[in-house]
Amino acid sequence: MFRVVKLQRLVPNIHLMEVEAREVAEQVQPGQFVIVRAAEGGERIPLSIADWDRQAGTVTLVFMEVGASTARLARLKAGGSIPTVAGPLGRPTAIAAAGQRVVCVAGCYGIASMLPIVRALHGAGAEVTVVLEARSRFLLYWEDRMKAFAKQVITITRDGSSGFRGHVPGLPALLREAGITPDQVVVNGCTFLLSQTSRHLAGLDVPITVSLNPIMMDGTGMCGVCRVTVGGEMKFACVDGPDFDGREVDWKEMLARRKQYMDEEASLCHRASCAGGR
Amino acid sequence: MAEKKKLDLERRPMPKQPPHIRRRNFDEVARGYTPEMAVAEARRCILCKKPTCIEGCPVDIDIPAFVGRIAEGDFVGAIRKLKQTNCLPAMCGRVCPQETQCEEKCHLHKKEASIAVGRLERFAADWEAAEGQVEMPEMRAATGRKVAVVGSGPAGITVAGDLIKLGHEVVLYEALHEPGGVLTYGIPEFRLPKRIVRREMDYIRKLGVEVVCDYVVGRIKTLDQLLDRYDAVFLGTGAGLPWFLEIPGENLCGVYSANEYLTRMNLMRGFAYPKSSIPIKRHRRVAVFGGGNVAMDSARTAVRLGAEEVYIIYRRSRLELPARVEEVENAEEEGVVFQFLTLPVRLIGDEDGWLREIECLRMELGEPDASGRRKPVKIPGSEFRMPMDAAVVAIGNSPNPLIPRCTPDLKVNKNGTLVVSDVKTGKTSKDRVWAGGDVVSGAATVILAMGAGRAAARAMHEYLTGEKLPGTTPEVTTR
Repeated sequence: MFRVVKLQRLVPNIHLMEVEAREVAEQVQPGQFVIVRAAEGGERIPLSIADWDRQAGTVTLVFMEVGASTARLARLKAGGSIPTVAGPLGRPTAIAAAGQRVVCVAGCYGIASMLPIVRALHGAGAEVTVVLEARSRFLLYWEDRMKAFAKQVITITRDGSSGFRGHVPGLPALLREAGITPDQVVVNGCTFLLSQTSRHLAGLDVPITVSLNPIMMDGTGMCGVCRVTVGGEMKFACVDGPDFDGREVDWKEMLARRKQYMDEEASLCHRASCAGGR
Repeated sequence: MAEKKKLDLERRPMPKQPPHIRRRNFDEVARGYTPEMAVAEARRCILCKKPTCIEGCPVDIDIPAFVGRIAEGDFVGAIRKLKQTNCLPAMCGRVCPQETQCEEKCHLHKKEASIAVGRLERFAADWEAAEGQVEMPEMRAATGRKVAVVGSGPAGITVAGDLIKLGHEVVLYEALHEPGGVLTYGIPEFRLPKRIVRREMDYIRKLGVEVVCDYVVGRIKTLDQLLDRYDAVFLGTGAGLPWFLEIPGENLCGVYSANEYLTRMNLMRGFAYPKSSIPIKRHRRVAVFGGGNVAMDSARTAVRLGAEEVYIIYRRSRLELPARVEEVENAEEEGVVFQFLTLPVRLIGDEDGWLREIECLRMELGEPDASGRRKPVKIPGSEFRMPMDAAVVAIGNSPNPLIPRCTPDLKVNKNGTLVVSDVKTGKTSKDRVWAGGDVVSGAATVILAMGAGRAAARAMHEYLTGEKLPGTTPEVTTR
């Protein structure tokens, strides 16, 4: 069992969990994830690693409450425990070299997993611009933590309550006006953000590194449920990724595959909340 | 026992759940012999002067001895004899292809009346679990040497069990949350109940093996990091990377690798959804591509999930089916439809990305190929379509590349299997590292993996202590 050290709601629907997993903490690199089970008999879900403390032997996971398993995780308290934290899985995010200008676009739970990437880029001497995207200001978090490593932090909200008003389609104009010409773009967040950013920034003609989040089960390359088409080839996100160039990903397929179990998950949520509990 | 008697050529059948019942449950199909049936079957053994059955067994079980004890009603003696060379009799009795091993070598085979060695083995193991006391083998004094076993499938379990008895400290690492490897995630409940796998794992733990789950070697620790902490390492990581057909439409929703389809059911217990929390789909029409045991398992799982039509789509003919005859019969009894000489060429989906149809091509058999089987040849213009809601790709697996990828000096063959200097020892190209099972042989059987594990354990023991073990097994029980 893995002991939960801390559980905290960051913003509505997004939670932070710090859990003891010494050997995972020793090895983890930015961009990697773990497979978690919220309870015995529970499903296996991938969660990005948002931070770690190698000394204390803990890893921090930030997740959105979307299904039965994440609902269960969100109800945990410090001192509780979960049966599975397996990882660190996936290939680490490739960190750009010194002097490279990198734009990091993050939204939702992706803001958290972007933090170690921004920190590593800063450590490597890259020049980082962070773009945080949310529907509204009350859904933004960690802006201050980003500022410690980024040259600048730009926020975009749909309602204009923080920074620029709009969404990803406005990104090219925003970057142009700010005079930012990146050598690389890195995107973490929901599949919609990944696909839209890839689409709208493709004109920049620079690599767009997206951290894919398909359905996974084992996370070790065994089941193939996370397969995606990248550059016309079949890839397994768990072992070949999760990072790919967003310009080469078949997004229509990716979005369809991600939604495969939507009805079943909704039914599970329903049961978890009012069918007498499990 | 030795009195002269007439040959009894009536192989005792094992009771099975009738097809119309078992189509609707995941309980074990074969119910096992009663003691009376077992004794009657065992008494048919003619106790040949030169028994050939043992030659057919990859782990050299003294078959006439254990069968003889069952015939005498000495079930305790039978299980002791079995466990001298086989640490997993309950599993082997169920999933070994006895018809091409011990039972094929039986002198009564020519009369189509081989002794039902597998059923008797299963009987003895189940009897012990239900009635008898599970006995602890004699353990040697601690040697102070430490061994890591990576992968808790049949090969890993065998190595761990053998080496702990020889006095070495053993830690068994498993990437998933439950040990057992393919026994847990792959072989369905109706063929190998998971309580039996758990029972065997409990036994291994009782012997003193530390079992660590959720530990993905190749990620959490590299092989080199393990070698810093252990005197030797055994890799029994299996063949877990699924092959796909590489035809259009394979990433449509509703298309699964057999690994995914079976793992959802077996390891994750998806069949209990929505009581279990792993979501599954209940498809109406399911096609399974392939003709091996994994294909049969997938098709029979689909039947149990309530599919109305389940097809096995196989490019060769019935004669070339690699699955066990027994499993093919079971599948047919349960209503699985076999489409032989048929090759899927395209999967067709709808606007939302869900599988709707499969397009296939008819084949005919040509000249024998490298495997000795007649090669299927496409018949041009024979395309046809079948409406289908789900497809399961069960055409094979290669070893998982995670560990080789992070271990440059671990040599790998073109097909992904590990290079071993000698199949008899499983020694890899890397110092202090041995391997066995599917990761060396490519996808094969439980018993062959166990045989390889046994051989590697002997070689590892010799390396660790300098002692060459007598005989063909490293067994140290005094009985």
